[in-house]
Amino acid sequence: MTPNMIYLDNAATSWPKPECVSEAISQAMIHCGGNPGRGGHKLALAAGELLYEVRDRTAAFFGSEDPFRVSYTQNITMAINMILRGVLHPGDHVLVSPMEHNAVMRPLNAMAINYDILDSEADGKIKTSEIENKIRGNTKLIIICHESNVNGIVQPLREIGQIAHKHNLLLLADCAQSAGHIPLHIEKDNIDFLCFTGHKGLFGPTGTGGVLFGSQVDVEQIQPLICGGTGSLSESFKQPAFLPDRFESGTQNISGLAGLNAGLQWIENQGLENISQHGSKLINDLCQGLQDHPKIQIYSGEGQVLSITIDGLDNGTAASELEDRWGIMTRIGLHCAPLAHRTLGTFPSGTIRFAVSPFTTEEDIQICIDACKTLAEESCAGK
Amino acid sequence: MRGEMILLVHTSGHAFSIEKALKKRGINCRLTPIPRRVSSDCGICVRFESDQLETVEAFTRTLPFDIQGIISDDEA
Repeated sequence: MTPNMIYLDNAATSWPKPECVSEAISQAMIHCGGNPGRGGHKLALAAGELLYEVRDRTAAFFGSEDPFRVSYTQNITMAINMILRGVLHPGDHVLVSPMEHNAVMRPLNAMAINYDILDSEADGKIKTSEIENKIRGNTKLIIICHESNVNGIVQPLREIGQIAHKHNLLLLADCAQSAGHIPLHIEKDNIDFLCFTGHKGLFGPTGTGGVLFGSQVDVEQIQPLICGGTGSLSESFKQPAFLPDRFESGTQNISGLAGLNAGLQWIENQGLENISQHGSKLINDLCQGLQDHPKIQIYSGEGQVLSITIDGLDNGTAASELEDRWGIMTRIGLHCAPLAHRTLGTFPSGTIRFAVSPFTTEEDIQICIDACKTLAEESCAGK
Repeated sequence: MRGEMILLVHTSGHAFSIEKALKKRGINCRLTPIPRRVSSDCGICVRFESDQLETVEAFTRTLPFDIQGIISDDEA
């Protein structure tokens, strides 16, 4: 890592990746160069074996015993689109969390699906006691951003899932941030569609993500987003009904998934609990370090993300100063989550967001605290 | 190869899953391209010795997915 470079934009994508990830990608390109499911020569078999291994590991990571209920996509946005467009029909109604990302809100808008926003506390935490009041006769799906990419608030998925299933509704969990931060179990957490991305907390490369289907979901009722060659039932124009082929047309991103496989293995070796504790401690340190400054407003949940604003200082200027003077890389603005910012009262100017990883150190956080305080002081002094 | 059985699956992932499980149970098997005279699929099948047929058939009944079937290479 370059000296004076402090990467706190892990909610956008994690960096650095563990070394084993790039090594696995490189090895896959050299040794698993065939096309899985298309042919039986050594290189195709090696690619197929790798694909099965990562599928098995992904399913187990999220508490599923069935690797074939994992469908890979190029990212979580595509996975969410696949479910929304495959499950919802005109006239359906959905409930969304007040912290949703545009990965959810834009497809709903494009499909002209009616939705209601669940009631929450000021920090975006859903009031679960109010959920049933929002359910209508035509409500089909509840969509929950598990860990907010703005303030890290974590929603009580298990409880929300219980309510959903009591009313025969489906639960889609957007686990873009929480996967790799918080233990997830698709069955115990009552999730029907667990959508994940590979390149954030799971340490895979960009271009990886997907959805894990809960055991009770009838996948034949879900229309695939794309159709095409699967290497199976090749004599027919009909898309296969079985998993994973139903949702995995075209050649898979084998080298990318090799990286995801290595990322998941790395998490297994480190221990998810250790990663979670490390991140929570750093965010807590950051929060403690900044909370007494009268010019700094903090927006913090329980996750590995924290947002601030500095009174009298434009967020863009703050981000430039943080990088130019201290090498701190952040993300400012609305974070593709205008609904979350409306909920927090930070729309339209947004916030300055800090997101940590297992590679972030206590020293990095101390530098960040001192830098933010310096900017706040300078802002007060009218510099 | 003559005397071998061919286990046909719907998707190649199933073949990898079955191969792994059979080997874990000490059953000698291997993955090969599907004979073209059997199927138009571009995928693979699992081959095993015919004297293991009963054991393999019993195993396939425990799978959470369907297989296409088991045929002898002589039939194929």
